Amino acid sequence: MTSPTKGDSVSTSSTIENAVRVETKRQPLPPRERLEQVFDIQDLTAIYGSKPALKGVSMEVYKNLVTAVIGPSGCGKSTFIRCLNRMNDLVPGFRQTGTLRYHGVDIAGKDVDPVAVRRTIGMVFQRPNPFPKSIYDNVAWGLRVLGMKDNLSDRVERALTQAALWDEVRDRLKQSALGLSGGQQQRLCIARAIAVEPDVVLMDEPASALDPIATQAIEQLLHELKDQYSFVIVTHNMQQAARVADMTAFFSISRGAEGDRWGELVEYDATEKIFTAPSDKRTEDYVTGRFG
Amino acid sequence: MSAAELSALQRPNDRLRRRRIANRAMELLAWLAAAIAVALLAIVVWSVAKRGASALNIDLFTKTPSALAGFVPNVQQGLANAFVGSIVIVGIATLIALPIGILVAIYVNEFAPRKIRSGINLVLDVLNGIPAIVIGIFVFGLIVVTRGQSALAGSFALSVLMLPLVSRATIEVLALVPSSLREASLGLGVPRWRTTLGIVLPQTIGGIVTGAVLAVARVAGETAPLLFTSSLVSNQIEWNPTHPLYSVPLAIYELSEQDSSADHALAWAGAFVLLMFILVTSLTARWLANRSRRKLTGASR
Repeated sequence: MTSPTKGDSVSTSSTIENAVRVETKRQPLPPRERLEQVFDIQDLTAIYGSKPALKGVSMEVYKNLVTAVIGPSGCGKSTFIRCLNRMNDLVPGFRQTGTLRYHGVDIAGKDVDPVAVRRTIGMVFQRPNPFPKSIYDNVAWGLRVLGMKDNLSDRVERALTQAALWDEVRDRLKQSALGLSGGQQQRLCIARAIAVEPDVVLMDEPASALDPIATQAIEQLLHELKDQYSFVIVTHNMQQAARVADMTAFFSISRGAEGDRWGELVEYDATEKIFTAPSDKRTEDYVTGRFG
Repeated sequence: MSAAELSALQRPNDRLRRRRIANRAMELLAWLAAAIAVALLAIVVWSVAKRGASALNIDLFTKTPSALAGFVPNVQQGLANAFVGSIVIVGIATLIALPIGILVAIYVNEFAPRKIRSGINLVLDVLNGIPAIVIGIFVFGLIVVTRGQSALAGSFALSVLMLPLVSRATIEVLALVPSSLREASLGLGVPRWRTTLGIVLPQTIGGIVTGAVLAVARVAGETAPLLFTSSLVSNQIEWNPTHPLYSVPLAIYELSEQDSSADHALAWAGAFVLLMFILVTSLTARWLANRSRRKLTGASR
């Protein structure tokens, strides 16, 4: 399916039908009150230097669901997801305000150790970034450093199996991970992230550097793994969000009077709702391809 | 394009001709400058080798300078004690400068806030620019005045010279390590220092060795700091670093002041060995640097 672009003659209704058709497998979500919250985000604002990248985001992320964050380039999707595991702390001049509760604990506070936060909230990045080590050591290194050394080989095998990579690499575990294809490298990065048994896995456009088949493999993984982990996935690919996500947040760009711009959350709802009956005009324009 | 314009292209006017001549002239000047640099090195190597030829033999590495040179013909003498001393002094200097230099670089590149980072870079540049003789007299005042001369004092002086070289080289290779690798490790919940030791440093070993080798090559020929710290030496082969030990640059300096031609030849031979050592280490460093850069940029997989 090709992505609908600006100026396409496709009518709104047919595009929306397309989006729905991809989603036939989906089971209806229970009402939101019955879902367990992982993140409770209130009025989150992220600032680089003096420029706000993101303003006033309030939303919840639920356990064992895939939550997609979609929106045009520059809308602060990546900034948002990197707030969730304090990855932005590494950027000089970064500040954030608002509350960011993780299972009820505010993890944005100064007294919270970002290393401990990242330990339970793992991350997979846009470009596959395996360590220049062997395939085995890529998964085992984190386990060793974090003291999960019992049954190391079993843990490595389990993680690689969960990431649907085991059958492809079982005979060459000692070879360099850099020899793998891009898609395999990204699945290795997922194996590396889930090997240390995180609670949440954040994915920042995990398939944007991959071909369609590798992308499909990653999406399949999300379906299979969401019983065990909660996923937050940033993507600029709406079809991908429609295929994998239970909940979808649409971010957009706001412009101030003096030409400054920042990202903000426009609408957050069940994926089906976002793609079939969005309540905000901007969301509708975006998912039907009239904008972005 | 009209016919007139086309024919103008074929018939260069004065301005075009002038530009072409200027271009040629600049090219020639640049080529000449490069040729002079290469020729200088060739002339230095050749003249040093020629003058030292008579002393370039096995005795050079097994015997020590003889007091009889100049009085007795064909006296057998060499610079064994100077070579041993240089190895000891430069070796200890490397042992001091390498870990400190690497730690400074790690702090600057991995931990320091931006302001401190540029401050330390400036300090390293200034340190790198301090004349060797100033370092020599500084160590003289600090150590030699109270504790007397020793190879250790000489090593300390040389390590001050090596420190900025090692640090700058290490900072450069650390900066080449892609930040995505650090993020991958930090994203697993691995502390920063484990990330640095386990992921970042192994990537840079080649570059660090290159910096160390260049620094060794640089200080192996330093004379001034050793004049103050390790120059009152015996004529024996000695390894004890608490004594002042002879060194190759000092030997060259002292022997060239003697009036016997045998001593002069010995000085030239010492200079030749030093020159060859520096050439070989520089080439090794280049080779190592290229190799590690290829590895880091992933050009060869």
